Amino acid sequence: MLTLTCPYCGIAACETELAPGGEAHLKRFGPGSSDDDFEGYLFLRPNVKGVHFERWRHAMGCGKWFLAARCTATLEVFGTYSAQTPEPTAEIIAAIRAKRPDWSLT
Amino acid sequence: MSELALSALAGAKATGLVTIEDMGLCGMVTLRADLAASAGAVEQVTGAAMPGPRAMTTGQGVQVAWMSPDELLILCDHAGADAMVAALSQALAGQHHLAVNVSDARAVLRVTGGAGALRDTLAKITPADLAALPVQEMRRTRLQQVAGAIWFVTDTEARVICFRSVARYVFDLLAMSARDGGAVGYH
Amino acid sequence: MSTRLATGGRLIDRSRTVSFTFNGKRLRGHPGDTLASALLAAGQVIVGRSFKYHRPRGVMASGAEDPNALVNLGAGNRHEPNQRATTTALFDGLVATSQNHWPSLNWDIGEVNALVPRLLPAGFYYKTFIHPRPFWKHVFEPIIRQSAGLGRAPDPRHADPDRYEHFYAHTDLVIAGGGIAGLAAALQAGRAGLRVILCEQTAHWGGRAPVDGVEIDGLPAGEWVNDAVEQLEKMENVHLRLNCMIAGVYDHGYVIAYERVADDSPGGDAPRHRLWRIRSAQVIAATGALERPLSFPGNDKPGVMLAAAVRDYVVNYGVAPGARTVIVTNNDDAYRTALALDDAGLAVPCIVDARPEANGPLVQAARARGLRVLTGMGICNVKGLRGVVAVQLCAQSGSGAVVEDVICDAVAMSGGWSPVVHLWSHCGGKLTWDEAGAFFRPDPMRPPTNQSGAGFVSCAGAADGALWAGETLENAGLITRRVLESFGSSTDHPMPVARAAAEAPMLPVWMMPEEAGPKKRAKMWLDFQNDVKVSDVQLAAREGYESVEHTKRYTTIGMATDQGKLSNINGLAILAKALDEDIPRVGTTTFRPPYTPISMGAIAGEARGPIFQPLRRTPMHDWHEANGAHWEPVGHWRRPYCFPKQGESHRDAVNREIAATRASLGVLDASTLGKIIVKGPDAGRFIDMLYTNLMSNLKPGKCRYGLMCSENGFLMDDGVVARLDDDTFLVHTTTGGADRIHAHMEDWLQCEWWDWQVYTANVTEQWAQIAVVGPKARAVLEKLGSDVDLSAEALPFMGWAEGRIGGFDARVFRISFSGELSFEVAVPASQGRAFWDKIQEVGAEFGATPYGTEALHVMRAEKGFIMIGDETDGTVIPQDLGLDWAISKKKDDYLGKRAQERAHMTDPARWKLVGLETLDGSVLPDGSYALAEGVNANGQRNTQGRVTSTYFSPTLGRGIAMGLVLHGPDRMGEVLDFNTTKPAPKGGAAPTIKARIVSPVFFDPEGTKQNV
Repeated sequence: MLTLTCPYCGIAACETELAPGGEAHLKRFGPGSSDDDFEGYLFLRPNVKGVHFERWRHAMGCGKWFLAARCTATLEVFGTYSAQTPEPTAEIIAAIRAKRPDWSLT
Repeated sequence: MSELALSALAGAKATGLVTIEDMGLCGMVTLRADLAASAGAVEQVTGAAMPGPRAMTTGQGVQVAWMSPDELLILCDHAGADAMVAALSQALAGQHHLAVNVSDARAVLRVTGGAGALRDTLAKITPADLAALPVQEMRRTRLQQVAGAIWFVTDTEARVICFRSVARYVFDLLAMSARDGGAVGYH
Repeated sequence: MSTRLATGGRLIDRSRTVSFTFNGKRLRGHPGDTLASALLAAGQVIVGRSFKYHRPRGVMASGAEDPNALVNLGAGNRHEPNQRATTTALFDGLVATSQNHWPSLNWDIGEVNALVPRLLPAGFYYKTFIHPRPFWKHVFEPIIRQSAGLGRAPDPRHADPDRYEHFYAHTDLVIAGGGIAGLAAALQAGRAGLRVILCEQTAHWGGRAPVDGVEIDGLPAGEWVNDAVEQLEKMENVHLRLNCMIAGVYDHGYVIAYERVADDSPGGDAPRHRLWRIRSAQVIAATGALERPLSFPGNDKPGVMLAAAVRDYVVNYGVAPGARTVIVTNNDDAYRTALALDDAGLAVPCIVDARPEANGPLVQAARARGLRVLTGMGICNVKGLRGVVAVQLCAQSGSGAVVEDVICDAVAMSGGWSPVVHLWSHCGGKLTWDEAGAFFRPDPMRPPTNQSGAGFVSCAGAADGALWAGETLENAGLITRRVLESFGSSTDHPMPVARAAAEAPMLPVWMMPEEAGPKKRAKMWLDFQNDVKVSDVQLAAREGYESVEHTKRYTTIGMATDQGKLSNINGLAILAKALDEDIPRVGTTTFRPPYTPISMGAIAGEARGPIFQPLRRTPMHDWHEANGAHWEPVGHWRRPYCFPKQGESHRDAVNREIAATRASLGVLDASTLGKIIVKGPDAGRFIDMLYTNLMSNLKPGKCRYGLMCSENGFLMDDGVVARLDDDTFLVHTTTGGADRIHAHMEDWLQCEWWDWQVYTANVTEQWAQIAVVGPKARAVLEKLGSDVDLSAEALPFMGWAEGRIGGFDARVFRISFSGELSFEVAVPASQGRAFWDKIQEVGAEFGATPYGTEALHVMRAEKGFIMIGDETDGTVIPQDLGLDWAISKKKDDYLGKRAQERAHMTDPARWKLVGLETLDGSVLPDGSYALAEGVNANGQRNTQGRVTSTYFSPTLGRGIAMGLVLHGPDRMGEVLDFNTTKPAPKGGAAPTIKARIVSPVFFDPEGTKQNV
């Protein structure tokens, strides 16, 4: 049962107060995109064992979506951050590297 | 027709380790806006300062609660809620915002009792850390299976707020949790 | 035979007695007794029967690890099976019965299973499941159904009369176990200022130390414990809880504790159990250790007990498990039992020690008292059918040649101790094998980790492998200091120092005697509840089971209600030996929560009866209830399905409601429909992305029906959008859709188009919405008095207006889901009930008829309107439903547009919506398929369509349906065969129903009724 801190209201929320939203930083492909791009956007997920960027909504709280970087194997949380960013921020990458020196954003 | 208006719980009351009472009709206005840019307008209309995250501030017969980075809940007199919406809309004219009367969408309960019993009772229905919740800070959380919010007015008096349709559920949850045999003695 | 001693018993109150019954027999005990100690005191040596062979079983342990003494507890609606007598506090009026026996506990017909164990070997189930099939069905299954199973399931007609609750707590440190290690850790942490919750699963503080003669800081352990508890009770930051077991440790410091609040006082106002849901930064598991049995032939007979349990019963409860007790051991600790028995004046004929030599202080003390110590010896047979009458001794090193018979009525065995590492392991902590102690203990380098990646569970004292009391506190002190350091805290206060008699090393003994032959190995029990013996594990190894996890499932070792607390290490040592592997390489099975079974009631908490789920009520809910509504659950809402009058069937009520609405006036509570405000300079642009059709050109004062699709192209919701002003829209969703669609909007606004200036607010519950429907709809509203012009000219179909109606603040929407003239009137929820009452009152002259969801469904189907959830199922796109008119060709983009361009979505062979009319006027079965020629690869009939909605239409006097059919719209007038659930007659084909493809609009296709 995870605890994630909502970056908007500062509450360390219990997983039961949150709603999961799958992988973060997906680029939307709309009309005019190729079948491959659209398939990748809508269906294909790397499902990593290790560092994962993901979406959560503080559903039983301030209602805001936020992003988390978390290790799917150990459940270690490297940080949570704003959903209004198209890619992992420099801060979150530094926080991950501090714990996983060998990790890199591919 | 406000003389015929009914709150969801119509004055329900239960007593045990703590006392739980329907607060009746309460005025509530949701304001969504850029809070930093709206502080002046909000203070002008409500007399209350713009609250920081999770905090509540008080004006003339009005309380302003921080709900999220772009949302406030303004608690006021039930009959005055429409006027509050109008006043906010006027004060914020030209600025992107949404002010709407939500008085009837919610129910408000008053829970009173000893400081320990009060927190023990609430701790049976919410995963929030009540020992760490200061007076006049709103904690939006889960009340077992529904969303709601809790704040302490004083050390011995709390408010529980939930959506109108589940008011009976939340009242029954609290009444069950407050039954005399269930004293915990934790807080 | 076991009996109560004349004196002694530190936990019982001899001045009072309580009475209870066992198998109907009235017995007495004392407050402080467990059911097990009271049964032993009453001479009840046999307390149950084993699972497979129905062998007689006696109390073996004194705590949660006991595999045998399971009873049915309570009667009537408080009956509960498989309750452990060893952890059940005795109370006046307790009713217990023994389990798994027929016809009686002492004489059980199933015991013959034990005479034919060759028919029930390891893996019996797997072997017989396979073949021969008929043999399983007709021979084995009936026998097993008759004899298998533990306990008697509660009568389903009996609702549990007790209540339960959850309790959420947040703390720095949870300490599991109130023995001396746990108490000392709590004292240190409390002094350092941490918030501490200390839980003890039994009713008493102190654990084993007071029984084992430990001295702490110069005081007898019992006195030190009392002092410690007194000090802890004074600390405001320390919370103490007895009868509260830490059941599980989960991710991120989530800890579950199971508190048995009122098991011993049924019928009071207290919750019976309380489930603590704790968030703790750190956990110290001071959970002690469990003694292991020894595997000698006949070790399962009633009267053979764990050595420490024997002294627990003597010292704690003043109960003698036997008058003459033989001790059999591989370690020094069991000598404490000999000394305790001797202290109580009970005979110890001999101490059988498997070690070649034994000279520790405890052994010396026994010898000094004249007790006979036999080293290098073992037990090769236990005589007695339903109890112990004698043991036969042999050399431990041989194959078991009898050396001597010793008359006795009890055996106290000790095969060493295993630390209770469960809580360490629950969340991924790894173990290491301790060669000297022959047990697994926590590997400090591989702890369970929390959200920061740091270890958050520590085992302290015996649970960390520091079994000897002299080192237990030293270990606990070290562990506690490390835990305090993780908080940046410390205390200068010294740890207490324990003194206990020194112990010489134990000798691992996995079989007794060491070279026992097959016959003896088939009598050495490993798992006493599930009847798994040394021979079964060896057979599994011979059959190729190398993994301990597979062996567990194959033999069922450790799968009983005690989850292998006694059998685990012994079983895997046997397996390792059979595989010629080291024990650590074979490894152990995974420890999973809960530590011992917890009640279903505790898990459910308060969620039962009226608050099992939140039941959402509209402002008119009470009126509906008072007027006989038959309810339909819609999500968590309850909506009236219909309002049957006295003696009226539901179908008749629905038909009456429809007829009244179509003829004059119907009234519907539509408050559950979702209402979401969308406002901002970019609101139109945003709404155009949400809906398939163009919404941004909607004029204020007007409404438009729209479709919402997921990004995957499938229809997810529909409803009417009203434009309130230039930058404000009111979005109506389906009843089930309000929260989901609001979340969907916020998702796109927050995560994709965060630069768009749009705010949303879910105002669903702010409004009570009442549909006033039928030819007299306008008349009734005008009679109410309105400052809104309700005329067709001023407020045409798909228009809306705001004003006062009958004095109520109202918004009126001219929208229709029935095909009738219809006004949906929204008033503030607080005024909803009064407005509803007013409509009934004023509408009486028009025969105003409240109608429910079924009438709503039938009327919309008569009009060919789709229903989300009927016509859609997550695989249907608007194009399938002939709704192309609601898909904008002008828009470059909307959610779902790209997906709908995929080849599969544009395939002309997709099934399309049509109306279906049975030739005989009957109602098509719901979910029925249109049959096609031939069969598919699985031999199933090919299909070419399916029914999505089907009703009896009272308006048309016949069955009507909608369905999705291959090329349906191009096949108007064609007749299809639909399957039914009726069976085929002998030799014939299954009956089908013929239906003609027609337009889905069955009633008033021109819309003349609604556009007036």
